[in-house]
Amino acid sequence: MTMSTVIEIRGITKTYTMGQTDVHALRGIDLTVESGEMIAIMGASGSGKSTLMNILGCLDYPTTGTYRLDDQRVDGLDGNLLADIRNQKIGFVFQAFNLLARTSALENVEAPLLYDRSGKRLDTRRLAAEALTRVGLGDRLEHQPGELSGGQQQRVAVARALVHGPSLLLADEPTGNLDTQTSVEILSLFQELNDQGITVLLVTHEPDISKYAKRIIELRDGLILRDEPVRTRRRCTVNAGTSQGVELVGSAT
Amino acid sequence: MKATALVRVAARSILRNKMRTLLTMLGIIIGVGAVIVMVAVGQGAQSQIERQIENLGTNLIIITPGASSQGGVSRGAGSFNRLKVEDAEKIRRESPLLSAVSPVILAPAHAIGGQGNWRTIVQGVATDYQTIRDWSLESGAFFGQGDVTSMRKVAVIGTTVASALFPDEDPIGQQIRLRSVPFRIVGVLAEKGQGANGSDQDDLVLAPYTTVKNRLAGRMHIAQILASTPLPDDIPAAQTDISAIMREAHRLADWEEDDFTVRNQTDLAEAAKGTTEVMTLLLAAIASISLLVGGIGIMNIMLVSVTERTHEIGIRMAIGARGSDVLTQFLVESVVMSVIGGAIGIGVGYSGAAVLARFTGWTTAIAPETVLVALAFSAGVGIFFGFYPARKAAALNPIEALRYE
Repeated sequence: MTMSTVIEIRGITKTYTMGQTDVHALRGIDLTVESGEMIAIMGASGSGKSTLMNILGCLDYPTTGTYRLDDQRVDGLDGNLLADIRNQKIGFVFQAFNLLARTSALENVEAPLLYDRSGKRLDTRRLAAEALTRVGLGDRLEHQPGELSGGQQQRVAVARALVHGPSLLLADEPTGNLDTQTSVEILSLFQELNDQGITVLLVTHEPDISKYAKRIIELRDGLILRDEPVRTRRRCTVNAGTSQGVELVGSAT
Repeated sequence: MKATALVRVAARSILRNKMRTLLTMLGIIIGVGAVIVMVAVGQGAQSQIERQIENLGTNLIIITPGASSQGGVSRGAGSFNRLKVEDAEKIRRESPLLSAVSPVILAPAHAIGGQGNWRTIVQGVATDYQTIRDWSLESGAFFGQGDVTSMRKVAVIGTTVASALFPDEDPIGQQIRLRSVPFRIVGVLAEKGQGANGSDQDDLVLAPYTTVKNRLAGRMHIAQILASTPLPDDIPAAQTDISAIMREAHRLADWEEDDFTVRNQTDLAEAAKGTTEVMTLLLAAIASISLLVGGIGIMNIMLVSVTERTHEIGIRMAIGARGSDVLTQFLVESVVMSVIGGAIGIGVGYSGAAVLARFTGWTTAIAPETVLVALAFSAGVGIFFGFYPARKAAALNPIEALRYE
């Protein structure tokens, strides 16, 4: 796999005006992410990690600074073009799963493809079914979120994030609503996908979780406090099809 | 988003809350239903009036006193020219296109005879009157030219008068007194029913105009001169003829305006049609208010729905929906709801009109284009009242929408 730069941000700041005071959520962030990386972004609440995540996910604009995604300038694009970039290049996984209620897993995963504007003819149902099979839910296509466990719902969300072949998977506290066992399953799924070449950005405040990544970036008060590789990475083998995870601690990558 | 996908997504969220959808549509159903029923009543009345005007006679031409346009010039009291019996006789003599001409002298009178007395209107007419009005007789015969020439005191009565004065016996050959003058009844007219203005056409006594004019004392006037042509195509030429003859008879100089009006049945029909059209429009306008209220109902529900589904909108935006995608989705939802409501409303309107016709005996008519207009209108209501909530949804900030619980 050839290495290419997925994210390149330079001097990103974000300032919110609340009443009469300016809140500096980000004070100047530089960050480069190569394809195939798996990065954990850490920080206490108020450190600016959510703001950074929103900007990286093209949900929000930086106040100053430049952002290149896949060698394309995205800061300063209008809302419609940002929506297209979210659709084509970014897959979101949220803490609260954020699936469409009372809508089958298949249709949830299909949804991003319906907003595709590339003009390609997509077999949306087949692609959605494939993505669900990839996360081990090939037998749950017609189940609605209410009929699935938390772990399964998060898998549907991962399938939805993957279905359009994104350059970047952005996961915001993806295990925050899950028990330990299920969290491990989801993290191993991310690792598995990362092994297949997908760039993963994991936002978390739990040091344990961050150890599943290859690189940790810690924010404090809107600045990068540390940026270092994970020395003892947690690794687990998992059989996605049966959702059985076995944790292997400390195996080097 | 593709059209099929759009409709599918819209249909899903409509079906998700069936009760609310039904209540939302109820406003449109009632609105469209009311418009259809009202228009049906109006159009029914219109066609009934048209039939009644045809009932007046065949190829009818009506000459009435007074100009159709007075030109804004007051001609002074007393100068108002009345129609004269001689005018009718002159028209009869000089216009070759006319097959029948008759003056109509109106003389209100008490008819006394048989069982009592009855206030009615005596009409002095020529024998042609029967042809012009295409009026057959129930019994007896119409008076003849000889009766007119000799000013005989004979009369033909309408069924209303016949049943009022002679409920149990045959009126033919009986005597009635009109303004104290005895007349012999020679015929009874067939029933004609209600006139275009709701009057009873059968409440009348016909007598030779010569007799009425010369033998009866008191107030009377020539209301009109009726004429008819054998063929409908002759009507315009005959009208021109009549105008020329009348101007000559009334000795009008070239610069003077007509002091009479010549109209045909079509003119009358159009005047009546104008009135009923206004009525139909008025009824439809009143019914449209309920459609408007229905539309506001849709807007209400859509606004609630946008708030309720803020989170869903946030999710859709995060996975790449543009503002315009969200806008179209909500717009399609409200249009689908209002069109389905409109379709049901058409059904309700049809049955409502049928029920109304059955219980009131009114004529109702629904033109096919009414249905199309109603459908188009309800779609329009959906777009108009769906637009504001849809725009509100499209303008949501994705981050805030995602955070909304």
